[in-house]
This record gives sequence, structure tokens and C-alpha cells, in this order.
Amino acid sequence: MNSLKKIFDRDTWDEIFESISKNRTRTIITTIGVFWGIFIYLVLAGSAKGLENGFDEAFSGLSKNSMGIWAQSTSIPYKGFEEGRNPVFQLSDVDYIKDRIPEIQYISPGLQRGAFSGSPPLVVRGLKSDNFNLFGNFPDQANISVIKIFDGGRFINDEDIKYERKVAVIGEGTQERLFDVGEDPIGKYIRINDINFKVVGVEKFTEGSGFGSDSDITIPYTTFAKIYNRGDRFGFMFISGYDYVNPNYLEETIIDNLKIIKTVHPDDDRAFGSFNIGSLFESIIKFTRGMVFLSLVVGIATIFAGVIGIGNIMLIAVKERTNELGIRRALGATPAEVKIQIVLESVFLTIIAGIIGIIVGAFLLFVINIGTSGLEEFPFTNPTVPLTIVFGAFVIMVTLGTLIGLIPAERAVSIKPIEALREE
Amino acid sequence: MIEINKLHKSYEMGSSSLHVLKGIDFKVEAGELVAIMGSSGSGKSTLLNILGMLDISDQGTYDLDDIRIADMDEKKAANYRNRFLGFVFQSFNLINYKSALENVALPLYYQGIARKERQKTALNYLDKVGLKDWSLHLPSELSGGQKQRVAIARALAANPKVLLADEPTGALDSATSREVMALIQKINNEGKTILVVTHENDIANMCKRIVHLKDGVIVEDKKIKQNIIKDV
Repeated sequence: MNSLKKIFDRDTWDEIFESISKNRTRTIITTIGVFWGIFIYLVLAGSAKGLENGFDEAFSGLSKNSMGIWAQSTSIPYKGFEEGRNPVFQLSDVDYIKDRIPEIQYISPGLQRGAFSGSPPLVVRGLKSDNFNLFGNFPDQANISVIKIFDGGRFINDEDIKYERKVAVIGEGTQERLFDVGEDPIGKYIRINDINFKVVGVEKFTEGSGFGSDSDITIPYTTFAKIYNRGDRFGFMFISGYDYVNPNYLEETIIDNLKIIKTVHPDDDRAFGSFNIGSLFESIIKFTRGMVFLSLVVGIATIFAGVIGIGNIMLIAVKERTNELGIRRALGATPAEVKIQIVLESVFLTIIAGIIGIIVGAFLLFVINIGTSGLEEFPFTNPTVPLTIVFGAFVIMVTLGTLIGLIPAERAVSIKPIEALREE
Repeated sequence: MIEINKLHKSYEMGSSSLHVLKGIDFKVEAGELVAIMGSSGSGKSTLLNILGMLDISDQGTYDLDDIRIADMDEKKAANYRNRFLGFVFQSFNLINYKSALENVALPLYYQGIARKERQKTALNYLDKVGLKDWSLHLPSELSGGQKQRVAIARALAANPKVLLADEPTGALDSATSREVMALIQKINNEGKTILVVTHENDIANMCKRIVHLKDGVIVEDKKIKQNIIKDV
């Protein structure tokens, strides 16, 4: 009889289904292995993905290739300069660096009062007043650390810089402390160090974005420089590289160049301070990738162990059923028919166990997702496993199920029917 | 129906070999009821296994219904067994998770017969052995005699040329043995060729011919007056 025809024959499946359902304990024990394997795999892979999504979301406010660099004080005497000197950036340095390093996409020098040095200026509006950190920035800043302006407002623009306009973008916290609830601050004036500034935008606070807090005030760089008499000197800069650039390489190159133009000893590691979101982000990406890979390895190993378990139990089952298989062969079952039956039983059990594993695993991920969706401090969002991977695991499972089923099947027909019949 | 010539069979037992059948010549006509007798170790079961294509001979020829049984691979042997032979075993050898009906239908399944027809035929044969009402019972719910009757129904289901029974009453008490032998006689009277291996004289006497085996050779082959069972 044609083997392929047998596989799609209803009678074959009746036989298999009967054999499986009538040996319930064996069936359950057999399927647990594969069920567990695919379940663990799915939950692990889904959790890794959820973690990745969670980190993605936590860092969504940042350009993933950005860094900040500021001047500190030198620690090594160099070319006649004593140690302890404070290098000062000049606007011309910005052009120099940008020309020298083509990997830089945006570079934005910044001025501040209150955040690291100087005292935060007093800001007054009507009867309310408080001290706030003040920043002077260029429009490009919005391209580096993602700045979200509430509806109706805007960030600093080129015109503001050109005409040294007295406009300000305020933080959410600033708005709360200077304005009444429900009052639209756009177009209203606030007084910073007795100078009136028109509020043009309210910035939505993004955690981890730059140096800022939720209660900052940003004014045009040029306006800031004029008020505080900075000339072309500035204290820190934000830089972002193109997507293809390695952030660590970019950071090093910029600092090396700064050392040259600011006459700093090449080995002086303390002259400039920096933080690198790109490298931080990269290590997190590596971590989550590692997690995904680990879950893949563990999952496949578990599935493998499960399938081997099926093979094992099928082997015992074949031994147990030696007599039955002998009877079948005495009644006219060909070796191929016996083999197909055993292999199909093995594959069928594998598939059923796999499907249950997928369903239960998906359900658990669903429950975990609901349970963690409210928690902001736990970076875990939308744990999913790509269908291709589920499908891949499924194919691996069925293939292994078939291969492993061949072992007991081969054993089943290797016994002569007469010996099989003697077995009690 | 069955014709064997100079049949030899030996088993390898480690380094030594055990010569079980030492040149058997044997002929069975259609419709005979033959008892093969002999003490244990006489080779009677081996002979039956070779006749049943469950085992192969070392030397000699075997013709079943004018078909030379030789050079058979497992697949061919399985097909021949299915179409030509019906087996009845001492230990019944029913599949314990299948109902009586399903057990009887199994040889038909391996013939590729459709389910409905299979079940109809199987039910007919169960009826023939008087177990129609027990068709949905599992073997564990049947008595020894009933089990053997199911096994006989199963052996008959594929309408084989020859029925081979290996100690069919070996596991039954004498009353049940008579019942089973009565059934075998009835089937034989309907024209089926039957070979019964036994070591019990009274069972052998219920057959029409007795072949005595001793140490691998036939020592006696005689037609007898059959002890016909009437009181069942």
C-alpha cells in the first residue's frame, strides 16, 4: 500500500487516535516534555522581547546616538600650562570640530545657570516667583535630545537666535509653579532677572534626556550670551552622530580633537567630562539581544529535550506494545504500516503538545503584559514572539518528532513477528 | 492446499545450533482438519510458524494453494498472511484496548477495506461465533472462551484459505475447550482447512487426522474417526 496515501487516510488516523487516547497516561507523560519545552521557549523569548520593547520605550525620548561633552579642569601640566586649568569652549571650536569630524550630524553648544554652576536666576510672574535653572540653546538641540513641545507652542528657532529675541520655552514644572491651573502660558510674559521674556512653548519633560529637569527655562543661546556677557565662550555641548556611527568612537574622536585645540595633554582624562547615551543604549541593546539569543538557545534545547523524551517514552511504549505490534503483523500489517503508525503517533503527540504549549505560553505572556502594563519603573512592554520564530520552533519540533519517532519505529519492526507474539 | 517438502529448520543458540525440524514432508488437502501433536520441543510450533509465514525455513519448499512461498520479504509475507492465513493463538492475542468488533475488523483494515464494510463483515463473523451481543466489549470484559471465539472470528474475518490454531484450548478449562473445538469443527464442516497444534489427545481426537511429531520428524500420520462434539 502506498505510504503517502496512508498518511492522509482517515483509517490511519483513527488507528493513531485510538492508540493515543486508549493509552492516556502514556500520552500525557509523553506530551508534557514537548509542551514544557515550547512553553518555556515562548515565555522566555516573549519576555526578552518585552524587555527590549520596554527599554525602547524608556529611551524613546533620546536620540540613540547622542552625547554631551563639557569642560572640567586639567590634571596634567602641558606645554607650559599648569594643571588645574579650566579649558573654555569657544563657538569657533564648534565649527572646527564639525569640519574635522564628518560623522557628526548635529552639534549644539549650550549655556546654563543653576544646573552645574552659577545660581539659578529668580523668575517672577505676577505674584508668583521662584528660582529656575536657565539654559541657552540653539534650535539644533531639539534634534539631539528629543524635545516635545505641547500643542500650540514651539521651540527656539533660528530667528530667535539671529535677533537675540527674549523668548522662553518653559518646563512642565515651571508652568505649574508660575501659572494658574488651566491658564495657557503661551504668549504670556515672565521676568527673568528683571528682563521680560515671552513664553513661546511648554516642554514636555522626558526622563533621562540631557541634563534637564521638568522645571527648566530655555532661552535662545545668543540672548543668554548677551545677558550674562559670555561673548563666544560656552560650557557644554550636545552632539549627535549619524545612525551608522559607533557612539564610543565618536566620543573619543571629539575629545581627542578638543584636547588638540584646547592644548590639553593627550593622556589627560579629566579635562573634559562626557556622558554617552549611545554607548549606554548600545549596551542595553546588546543585553536584550543576549537575552533573545539565550532564550532561543534555552528554548530549543528544552524543545530538543522534550522531543527526546517523547522518543524515549515511545521506545518504552513500543516495548510494551511488542505483543500488539506482533499481532498486527500476524494479521497482515506490513513493516511500513507499523513504522508509519509509530512515527505518526510520535509526530501527532509532538504537534498536539506544541500547540498546547504555544497557547498556554501566549496566554501567560498576555497575563504578564496586563500585570506589568501599569508599572512605569519596570521596563516591560508588549511581550511578543514573532510568528516566524514560533513557526520555526514548530517546524523544528515536527522534524525532531519525526526523526525521534523513527527510532522506536525501527525497533518495532526489527523484532520478528513470531518473537513479538511470544512476548507477553 | 498445503504441500511441504524436506523442510529443515535450526536455531542458532550462541555457538551451538539446535536442529528443530529435520526434513518434514507433509501434505494437507483442502477441507481437512489436522491435529499436529507432539511433546514440547518436538518442533510442532516451529512447523506451524513456518506454515504461518511467521518464521522461515532453512531448507525445503513450501507451497500454499499452489503458490511457492519462498524469498519473501516482510512486506510480501505480511500481505500473504493477511490474505491466506488466519491465526488462533493459545493466549488469544487480542488487542486489549480494542473492542471485540474492532479486533475482528483489524485484518480487514490491513486489507484496505472501507470502514462500514469492515464493521459489517466483522459483525457477521462475531454473530457466527455467537458473540454478536458482545461486539462492543473489550477483551478484558470477556471470559477465556469468549476471547478465543473472538480470536477465531478474527482469524476467519479475512476469509483465509487456512486457519492455523496454536494450542487454541491451552488456556481454557475442559468445558470451554469443548465449546471452542465444537466451533472449529463447525467451521471445518463449512469447508475451511484447519491445522490445530495440540498436545492433548482428546483435542486431537476431535480432528480428522493426526500428525505426530517427535524430535523434528513426523513419526506417525493417520486419518482417524473424528470425535464429533454434539452436546454443546
